[in-house]
Amino acid sequence: MMARMAEAILAEGLVKRYGSVVALNGLDLAVPEGTVMGLLGPNGAGKTTAVRVLTTLLRADRGTARVAGLDVVADARELRGRIGLSGQYAAVDENLTGFENLDMVGRLYHLGRARSRERARELLERFDLVEAADRPVKGYSGGMRRRLDLAGALVARPSVLFLDEPTTGLDPRSRLGMWDVIAELVAGGTTLLLTTQYLEEADRLADRIAVIDHGRVIALGTADELKDQVGGERLELSVGSAQEAASARAALAPLAIGEIVLDERGHRLTVPVSGGAHVLVDGIRRLDAEAVKVLDIGLRRPTLDDVFLALTGHGAEERAEEERGA
Amino acid sequence: MSTFTQALGDGAVVAKRNLIKIKRVPDLLVFSTLSPIMFVLLFAYVFGGSIEIPGMDYREFLMAGIFAQTVIFGATITGSGLAEDMQKGVIDRFRSLPMARSAVLIGRTTSDLVNNALVIVVMSVTGLLVGWRIHSSFGEALAGFALLLLFAYAVSWGMAIVGLLVRSPEVFNNASFIVIFPLTFIANTFVQEGNLPGPLKTFAQWNPISAVTAAARELFGNTNPAFPAPDVWPLRHPVLTTLLWTVVLLLVFVPLATRQYRKAVSR
Repeated sequence: MMARMAEAILAEGLVKRYGSVVALNGLDLAVPEGTVMGLLGPNGAGKTTAVRVLTTLLRADRGTARVAGLDVVADARELRGRIGLSGQYAAVDENLTGFENLDMVGRLYHLGRARSRERARELLERFDLVEAADRPVKGYSGGMRRRLDLAGALVARPSVLFLDEPTTGLDPRSRLGMWDVIAELVAGGTTLLLTTQYLEEADRLADRIAVIDHGRVIALGTADELKDQVGGERLELSVGSAQEAASARAALAPLAIGEIVLDERGHRLTVPVSGGAHVLVDGIRRLDAEAVKVLDIGLRRPTLDDVFLALTGHGAEERAEEERGA
Repeated sequence: MSTFTQALGDGAVVAKRNLIKIKRVPDLLVFSTLSPIMFVLLFAYVFGGSIEIPGMDYREFLMAGIFAQTVIFGATITGSGLAEDMQKGVIDRFRSLPMARSAVLIGRTTSDLVNNALVIVVMSVTGLLVGWRIHSSFGEALAGFALLLLFAYAVSWGMAIVGLLVRSPEVFNNASFIVIFPLTFIANTFVQEGNLPGPLKTFAQWNPISAVTAAARELFGNTNPAFPAPDVWPLRHPVLTTLLWTVVLLLVFVPLATRQYRKAVSR
């Protein structure tokens, strides 16, 4: 039982249907206190539904969930006082200023007038919004809105934080800024559940990643563990012609621990290997000995994109495209 | 803190948020006041000459009717405001907070009440300028305004239900217009209901808007004792009728609106 106490989030067998669409199909999830769990999956995988159930916004058809030791249905009201949520679309009021937005949230957490104002000022400072504090949110950029929304989620110093696709739709610079802010939060010991369809984001921020597809977890582990599931390193190289590729293939065959893959154009090879940097040096020697002209060569660890492809048979982005097209 | 006082406290916070919007987007208030002013002027100067009200000046008669129509239209803001909120993310923030579930509705209806009060002030000034006068005591006049606002407050809760159902401010506005326009016209607001043809006359006499209008007329002293009200119970006891309607509407609409809110946000 002690082990259970340490889980900040514990979901068992969550099911949620919308008519014939199954959004959650027996989702299990356990997030230990003080850790970051990345919920990774394409659009429509059930990430947002999971977050809505765990934050009491939605009731699951079946299954149970406890967050911060409280049941999401029976103790919903009390739980809302202990968690913070920042959604996919910034939940801020456009007509209010940044300060007024945070002050209002503080009042609705029942912090009292003085404490709400103080907290609003603190958070505006922390999220670099002091200059914009007294301007209506209408004029804020997307990145500023997201920061304000995240600040709103932190008003009551929640012990568990939920961020639903915190950087979707942000430009690359705002995304990096958001990552820094989140990393800082996590360093402070907050338990975080983060959903994302960006593999890089999960890799960078999460301690553990749950890959979710069609409403259930299909793989779970650290980024490294997931990558190991797909296989170790690959040597990737480009050559100028199909002929060169054939010689390269012959030269590297002794190093390969699996099938060597040639791309469609026949100029790029992927060789599964093991042994780290050493194998790269060895590979280059062999190519040189055969006088193969190499345009580019590198040792690559699999990305989470490869993981997704290996687990689901389709890439994450690809599926997202499909969903959007449908 | 009891649940009820907490709901009121949270409602006040939400009301403040809605009122800030009036300050930031003043066009809303300007337009919701301009149209009643236009009505006062049109009726007073265009129809005023052709409509005969025995025993009194038409402008005296008109104002209570315009007040009634205006506060009812003011109450529709509750529906469009909620519909708009439902489309925006801020409702998700509200939902994730440990606040009273009813606070969004309490806040919305309260800020619309304040909005209506502001509009009434502007209209009263316009009315006084075109020759309307209050012939009763200060207390009675105040009671007249209070009754108008109270009735509109109850109507607000009904509008909330519709707003939450349609979830689109545009659809709501169009729908409410085609219902409320005839409802406020088939009444004693602008003409004497006694002159309406058969079924319309009966409808007008039992229309709660007629009772509100008659009550306001009575409390403002805009009646002539030589011409008593028609012999229909609601118009003989307009103040009591209005109060009864208000209570009934609140008893029906408040629980329904709260239930609809719960349903609307838990998708």
